[in-house]
Amino acid sequence: MSFLLGKDMTGGYGAADILHACTIGVERGEIAVVVGPNGAGKSTAMKAVFGMLELRSGQVTMDGEDITSLSPQARVQKGMGFVPQTNNVFRSMSVEENLEMGAFIRTDDPSGTMAQVFDLFPILKQKRNQPAGELSGGQRQQVAVGRALMTQPKVLMLDEPTAGVSPIVMDELFDRIIEIARSGIAILMVEQNAKQALNIADKGYVLAQGANLYTDTGEALLNDPDVRKAFLGG
Amino acid sequence: MEIMNALALLSNYLVVPALAYGSQLALGALGVTLVYGILRFSNFAHGELMAFGTMAVILMTWFLQAQGISFGALPTELLALPVGILATVVLALGTDRVVYRFHRSKKSQPVIFLIASLAVMFFYSGLTRFIIGTADRNMGDDGARFIFTAREFKEWSGLDEGIALRTTQGITVVVTLVCVVALFWFLNRTRAGKSMRAYSDNEDLALLSGVNPERVVLIAWILAAALATVAGTMYGLDKTFKPFIYLQLLLPIFASAIVGGLGSPVGAVAGGFVIAFSEITVTFAYKRVLTYIMPGDNVPDGLVQLLSTEYKFAVSFVILVVVLLVRPTGIFKGQSV
Repeated sequence: MSFLLGKDMTGGYGAADILHACTIGVERGEIAVVVGPNGAGKSTAMKAVFGMLELRSGQVTMDGEDITSLSPQARVQKGMGFVPQTNNVFRSMSVEENLEMGAFIRTDDPSGTMAQVFDLFPILKQKRNQPAGELSGGQRQQVAVGRALMTQPKVLMLDEPTAGVSPIVMDELFDRIIEIARSGIAILMVEQNAKQALNIADKGYVLAQGANLYTDTGEALLNDPDVRKAFLGG
Repeated sequence: MEIMNALALLSNYLVVPALAYGSQLALGALGVTLVYGILRFSNFAHGELMAFGTMAVILMTWFLQAQGISFGALPTELLALPVGILATVVLALGTDRVVYRFHRSKKSQPVIFLIASLAVMFFYSGLTRFIIGTADRNMGDDGARFIFTAREFKEWSGLDEGIALRTTQGITVVVTLVCVVALFWFLNRTRAGKSMRAYSDNEDLALLSGVNPERVVLIAWILAAALATVAGTMYGLDKTFKPFIYLQLLLPIFASAIVGGLGSPVGAVAGGFVIAFSEITVTFAYKRVLTYIMPGDNVPDGLVQLLSTEYKFAVSFVILVVVLLVRPTGIFKGQSV
């Protein structure tokens, strides 16, 4: 059983279900990537794991504990970090204040974690007093990831972290994400750039119409001719 | 010398009153902008909240005066201020409990909140008039009237024109400065203040970060009620207390908040002074100033007044319309309306 697992999740926003018995999960220190065509329910599956979606059936467990009925806030307390796709920084607040807000629920001194985040993203240290809304897209994603890391999560969930950034910045961000995984944090992310993302993935989930189509290691999926033809452009 | 006299005249009748009036508007607009930033609606009851707060201060002042307590050279109202703030905070929190919390739990549209605040406004105005009546009440009738008088200034400077600084004007500016500095310190330096800014900036992300929305709303009302009481009391001390005036003040206060950028505290302060100076410069009669600075013995025929003072609220209206057309987010990029 995976460290974090959303098992047989079925549910949606209204009457119609978007997810149909969808299963995604991730191990500690590993990167799991969810890919698939537009409208496959990738982000929805992610939200379901994070508790932002009411499930009709299925369950979410973390470290063996059933967390299906917990609110997103309670899941943050349990050690989940979530980076939404859009509006993921406090635009009017400085980089440093963004990180401080990330550590809002912590009762101990978060300055050590902040130093680690600055080590991971040196550019943020330079721009620590600048409002996050004035940063470039890539830097803003770094702030967003850094903010989520401030709670010292056991699992980091990223919803399309490379949306709208240049290929160079994307590679850079992926390198950082690998680094974060190496430190023992489980990383579950949704990605549009399927090829590059599967390249760094320990595990890959290909979703279509809210259900699992293929599940394998990232490498195996990349080499699977069916997956290549249908989702990776040959 | 002529030019110095003209400057003294301008200071006395334009700059000093505008500074005091601008401070009062800034305090009012800060309350409006805080509520807008956190609860995301335009609180039309803010003017009447000011009236209620001022009334509470007046009642406490009467009580203190009856006990023979005074505040030396300063008006007794300043001593009564904390009690007035407390009463107003209780009223604001009670209103939130009875009215707004219901709509928050239903996730009502901002326009529903706005209409609810209109009802609250009528309730407050009735409450205030029920308790203290509709008549004028003089405030600041004890303590020193002036920090320095026009005559003292004339003797000191040797000019023909004097500048008078009334105690209430001095107090208004100083109290505003203290309130603004304290508020900005709170918002920028404390944990609770930062959580309020975060909530105002990005509600969803703030919730994810573990910010408790009810607590943020509670602090917002406490601050808004305190600021409303201080603003109302300063206005009453500077001019006079009459419940109806506070309804009229709502327009320049909202104009200030919107001109500065709704949701932006810096903007509220800047907007307050922009509106105050505009109102007073446009409705000021420049005849005597021009008499000093025009060469020879030329004297302008009329009063040289762009608009008569009855139209001063039109000035706020015009500025408001122009800002909404040209720059809807205001000077300091608040949320657009």
